[in-house]
Amino acid sequence: MKDAFGTPQSLLVLGGTSEIGLATARRLVARRTRTVWLAGRPSPALEKAAAGLRDMGADVKTVAFDALDPESHEESLGKIFTEGDIDMVLLAFGVLGDQARDEDEPLAAVRVAQTNYTGAVSAGLVCARALQSQGHGSLVVLSSVAGERARRSNFIYGSSKAGLDAFAQGLGDALHGTGVHVMVVRPGFVRSKMTAGLEEAPMATTPDAVAAAIETGLRRRSETVWVPGALRLVMSALRHAPRPVFRRLPL
Amino acid sequence: MPADSPADSRTHASAPTSPAVSVSGWGRTAPTTAWLVRPRTHEEAAAAVRECGERGAIARGLGRAYGDAAQNAGGAVFDMTGLDRIRVIDTTRTSDTGAPAATVVCDAGVSLHHLMEVLLPLGWFVPVTPGTRYVTVGGAIGADIHGKNHHVSGSFSRHVLAMDVLTADGTVRTVEPGSALFDATAGGMGLTGVILSATVQLLPVETSLMAVDTERAADLDDLMARLTATDHRYRYSVAWIDLLARGAAMGRSVLTRGDHAPLDALPERARARRAPLAFRPGQLPAAPSFLPEGLLGKASVGLFNELWYRKAPRSRTGELQKISTFFHPLDGVPHWNRIYGRSGFVQYQFVVGYGKEEALRHIVRRISERGCPSFLAVLKRFGEGDPGWLSFPMPGWTLALDIPANLPGLGVFLDELDEEVAGADGRVYLAKDSRLRPEMLTAMYPRLDDFRALRAELDPRGVFRSDLSRRLAL
Repeated sequence: MKDAFGTPQSLLVLGGTSEIGLATARRLVARRTRTVWLAGRPSPALEKAAAGLRDMGADVKTVAFDALDPESHEESLGKIFTEGDIDMVLLAFGVLGDQARDEDEPLAAVRVAQTNYTGAVSAGLVCARALQSQGHGSLVVLSSVAGERARRSNFIYGSSKAGLDAFAQGLGDALHGTGVHVMVVRPGFVRSKMTAGLEEAPMATTPDAVAAAIETGLRRRSETVWVPGALRLVMSALRHAPRPVFRRLPL
Repeated sequence: MPADSPADSRTHASAPTSPAVSVSGWGRTAPTTAWLVRPRTHEEAAAAVRECGERGAIARGLGRAYGDAAQNAGGAVFDMTGLDRIRVIDTTRTSDTGAPAATVVCDAGVSLHHLMEVLLPLGWFVPVTPGTRYVTVGGAIGADIHGKNHHVSGSFSRHVLAMDVLTADGTVRTVEPGSALFDATAGGMGLTGVILSATVQLLPVETSLMAVDTERAADLDDLMARLTATDHRYRYSVAWIDLLARGAAMGRSVLTRGDHAPLDALPERARARRAPLAFRPGQLPAAPSFLPEGLLGKASVGLFNELWYRKAPRSRTGELQKISTFFHPLDGVPHWNRIYGRSGFVQYQFVVGYGKEEALRHIVRRISERGCPSFLAVLKRFGEGDPGWLSFPMPGWTLALDIPANLPGLGVFLDELDEEVAGADGRVYLAKDSRLRPEMLTAMYPRLDDFRALRAELDPRGVFRSDLSRRLAL
């Protein structure tokens, strides 16, 4: 169960090698979390991530999960919930893609959309239903500021996050009053392996900062969290910028 | 979203069930959803236990436990307030000492407020009352509540002569003090079964007024010295303590102590003489349902504490106060818990034994140095402990404080205080808890293993469950 400050005792990370996912898990394990499920494609990286959390004293299990195979989600995720309550599900998987290549190779672009959006729709719904029958729990969805308004430089990734963001908001409304809390997290540019080699955007942040914001959001039972918080204002201004102006911005 | 809950496949031939509702404790933190069942008879309660589904059930009274003791996420919550009959009031007894004695037999869903309404005009009072009248008899036993008279009278269950407990197999057992089931149920947070009714000993009173002595203590040491030297002279004793005061004023406080006023203490021509046993608690309008966060910050609470301390008389004796003023000042404002805003508040109450005063001083110093805005901090002395396996009171000092849950870093801070409390062989109160780490529990409650063993035997399927029991693996 979560405590009065929203800190979970059990955690399921979808995207078990995600840097933000693991930074969040580490932060929560240092507090109350004792049971962690890392769901991801079986790999040495996934096992290494599990070992790292075990060293901190958590009981960690890994489970095979593939965002691109939604037909397996019911089974692979469903079995986790039969072994005990999950207080928090962190939906942290996603790919950035390569905008230039993806524009040339439609199938590569589709894979970005399928991972970030379609995979999240099926995994999110499976977990939401399990949380609902528990009568409690948080579903934390990692969205992105890129989904707030599609930009020339990464609109394929951005549009997939826009879909995910809208899905998570609607799911949050659908689950309102069921005891399940859905929280949409919108980080800006995060310095991580996903963005390695890319030119850094203003107000860049780190996986640890995102993890800290998630913990605060849990305490406040927030529905939307921006990281850093000032991005809420910046994006509000950008969202309303006229397109001819927006097009010319160096973004 | 299609609901896929065990409740869907259940039938509810007997007890009326509402749709899933959000349930939280008085502190309004961590709400979860459950199916509410409101049994009106003992038979309906038994049927509800048999049919409660795989996520189990927990009984709930008036929801005054601060944390998650009366919530059961995804399962059933029995609203016991439908079982609200007072069955027998027997005033013909005499106690061992020859003084008049009386007992009441009532359903578990009867509130102490209702008991006072009925019993006070007859010249009887409940043996123990906490800071609110809006607790049920079942809740009073389940949390083994204590009051300002613990140093004299012990906890509530000490005055329970018998109770009917509905256990997981659907049978009703009548249990008496001294039996294992009684001692596991008194303070057992509803996890041994559903308390259906109880026989409670009453206290004779001549009036419905309290004769109250008030005095100020300049600091914590002064307070502890005064309480130690004179507590035994009063049936009721409590100290409000200003936890924001620092330095030399750390622990400054206002002591209020007293007893039920005898008839001849009322002035000759006072209006109260005409109806000395009248019970008329006043009530103010309820707190509005939405209040902004942060109303109770350091500045506002600091100002309140300053005024509260200064307005208290340096010393005053024999003041007559209404029962509601003396025992239940907050009951005058319905839904006062809303003043903490949306994220709610936590109450932290712990006890450390006599001889561990240094730990108490250290904890008070840490709270005051950190500047926790708490305007309801209360210190009192406990007397002899009670036999309940998970009963909270033990001989020693107990401090209770309210803190807004949105205070950054509060979770870590309270974890550190837990370490100090456990290190001093003390414990925190489960009826008020919403955040304890499960690892701390065995150190704090040495009879926990007996409790678990009895539950495993009586309730192998784990029918009785709550968010508290899941969180702490009780």
